[in-house]
Amino acid sequence: MEFAVDGLRTFAATGGRPFDPARPAILFVHGAANDHSVWHLPARHFAHHGYSVAAVDLPGHGRSEGEPPATVAEMAAWLGRAREALGLERAVLAGHSMGSLIVLCAAADDPGATKKLILLGPAAAMPVHDDLLDAARRNDHKAIDLITYWGLSAASQIGGHRSPGLWMNGGGQRLLERADDGVLAAGLAACAAFADGEALARAIEAETLLILGERDMMTPMKGGIALARAIPDARHVVLAGCGHTMLAERPNETLDAMRDFLLPAAL
Amino acid sequence: MVDAKLPKFDTLSLHAGQQPDPATGARAVPIYQTTSYVFPDTDYAASLFNLERAGHIYTRISNPTTAVFEERIAALEGGVGAVATASGQAALHLAVATLMDSGAHIVSSASIYGGSHNLFTHTLPRFGIATTYVDPRDPAAFEAAIRPETRLVFGETLGNPGLEVMDLPRIAEIAHGARIPVLIDNTFASPALFRPFDHGADLVLHSATKFLGGHGVAIGGVLVDGGTFDWQASGKFPTLTEPYAGYHGINFSEEFGPGAFVMRARAEGLRDFGASMSPANAFYLIQGVETLPVRMARHVENARRIVAFLDGNGAVSWVGWPELDSHPDRALARRLLPKGCGAVFSFEIGGGREAGRVFIERLRLFSHLANVGDAKSLVIHPASTTHQQMDAAALEAAGIGEGLVRLSVGLEDPDDLIEDLDQALRAAARAAAPRAAE
Repeated sequence: MEFAVDGLRTFAATGGRPFDPARPAILFVHGAANDHSVWHLPARHFAHHGYSVAAVDLPGHGRSEGEPPATVAEMAAWLGRAREALGLERAVLAGHSMGSLIVLCAAADDPGATKKLILLGPAAAMPVHDDLLDAARRNDHKAIDLITYWGLSAASQIGGHRSPGLWMNGGGQRLLERADDGVLAAGLAACAAFADGEALARAIEAETLLILGERDMMTPMKGGIALARAIPDARHVVLAGCGHTMLAERPNETLDAMRDFLLPAAL
Repeated sequence: MVDAKLPKFDTLSLHAGQQPDPATGARAVPIYQTTSYVFPDTDYAASLFNLERAGHIYTRISNPTTAVFEERIAALEGGVGAVATASGQAALHLAVATLMDSGAHIVSSASIYGGSHNLFTHTLPRFGIATTYVDPRDPAAFEAAIRPETRLVFGETLGNPGLEVMDLPRIAEIAHGARIPVLIDNTFASPALFRPFDHGADLVLHSATKFLGGHGVAIGGVLVDGGTFDWQASGKFPTLTEPYAGYHGINFSEEFGPGAFVMRARAEGLRDFGASMSPANAFYLIQGVETLPVRMARHVENARRIVAFLDGNGAVSWVGWPELDSHPDRALARRLLPKGCGAVFSFEIGGGREAGRVFIERLRLFSHLANVGDAKSLVIHPASTTHQQMDAAALEAAGIGEGLVRLSVGLEDPDDLIEDLDQALRAAARAAAPRAAE
């Protein structure tokens, strides 16, 4: 569906069901240079299990107009305006990678608007290797190769996709290749500059779930556990053998962790 | 600068798509010889059917053994995913049926496999889909043939049987300018020699029966999605960009992004048309793919030896091999196919149909049959077999003469193959000029 944020056309996938702001809502937020499609399984699932779902494309990403915001704080502020544009006072916020920083920031800034919080592959700080940042700034495909290499566990680089016939390396690379020049660099720069995760974590009031990959090379599990300890009401789930790209590597386990967190009592 | 140390082609040939079996630890890919899969509860089952979860429902749609084969070929071709089919022809039909409806139009190379020609010329018109054939060597002809209702540009990496080399980068540029995808049949080259996605193709298919398997024991096909084509921006493919009532209004492009095509091909195409690969055949084909790069290197090496022999033989009037100076696509082949032009090629025997008949019947190591890409060397006479449904004009357009013989060079010792060809050519020459010999 399309709606307007700051006067710009904004896209959100709704999981195959019409978006109804009167129902409990989940806002899904993707990572750097990704788009709504990374959420296709949970978006469809929760849309067919009582929620209204909006898997948004951040400005300048996917089908949304605009320029990518320069900082995580700006992205979080944009998410708040998107929530309002959708007619929602409160929503479950779920984010992956850079998206986890955005929803963490949004939940800390506006606790009353956050019903629950789900962080996939999060960290209190998300430093980016200089070589990766340099390659992204040059729009060099090497940046995409490095993200594939560091984003998937060693086992997942060989494959074994749970969705029959899909090849994780190829799918992830094509998605990143779809982003306009400069979008990946902007996202990575925003991640690299983000450093106040612990302070934000202590301000979180919402019940929070962290989903961590045991073999995550981009946001190591230990950092995720430390972040969980800083959030007053948090629990975490570790996906065995999984890297940073859990929505592709462990789609069903990721969905089950979210179901356990959301379905029993949230509706 | 750090390097992305992702698994390389030879490693992927052996491993891609498979984790050791979680139930048994089996190193080889097990054959999951089952029609169906137990659902833990009704909600789980409903979620699988509604594409909310990943997993298997019924082997017509997916199977764990077949999925390894699909993922492995997607990895080797550099795509986002693949769908295995009952045959290469089923893969071609699946591509067409996923992309277009009655009233659509295809622009195809004229030099294609006879079975593909039959589908386009005689069968698809019954369903309202027309095809225009063009010279694969003439990119401008592709451009001129594209109509408003064109939905696909199709060709083979190496034309059949003349081994015309398509200028894929140029033809893809033309197709994309018209917002149309390019589908390449890469059977003759295999991804070990040529990866069409690296040169602008959007979709790739194989008759897996050929080099991918290499053993001649299993029929199969595979359709690979490069994930490169922007269906939404094209605006010409409602099957991928508009709600589909067959799955509760799902919009494949919106929900699956780069994997839209392959998801629709499976969700609709295998569900409704049902031309799926059996898990046993997937297992056989996986055994072949494991050695694909090693076999293809030897196939090319043997083919080059045999071409050199035939090219200097007085009984042979013409050899169609893109690496020869005499071939019109030599420069293009050198640019696009530096690892070699496969191991299937044609040549013309002097003396016409009778000489051709004697030649084929006198061969001892080469088997006379309708297949290519086997580890064993094969031979056939296209005008009387694979391309017999084509009329004289179509044969001429495809460069198929009455004395044309097609070889598929196998992995035997090349000296033995050359000796076999030599004795058969001598017999053919005697048959062509018996009175002169007397």
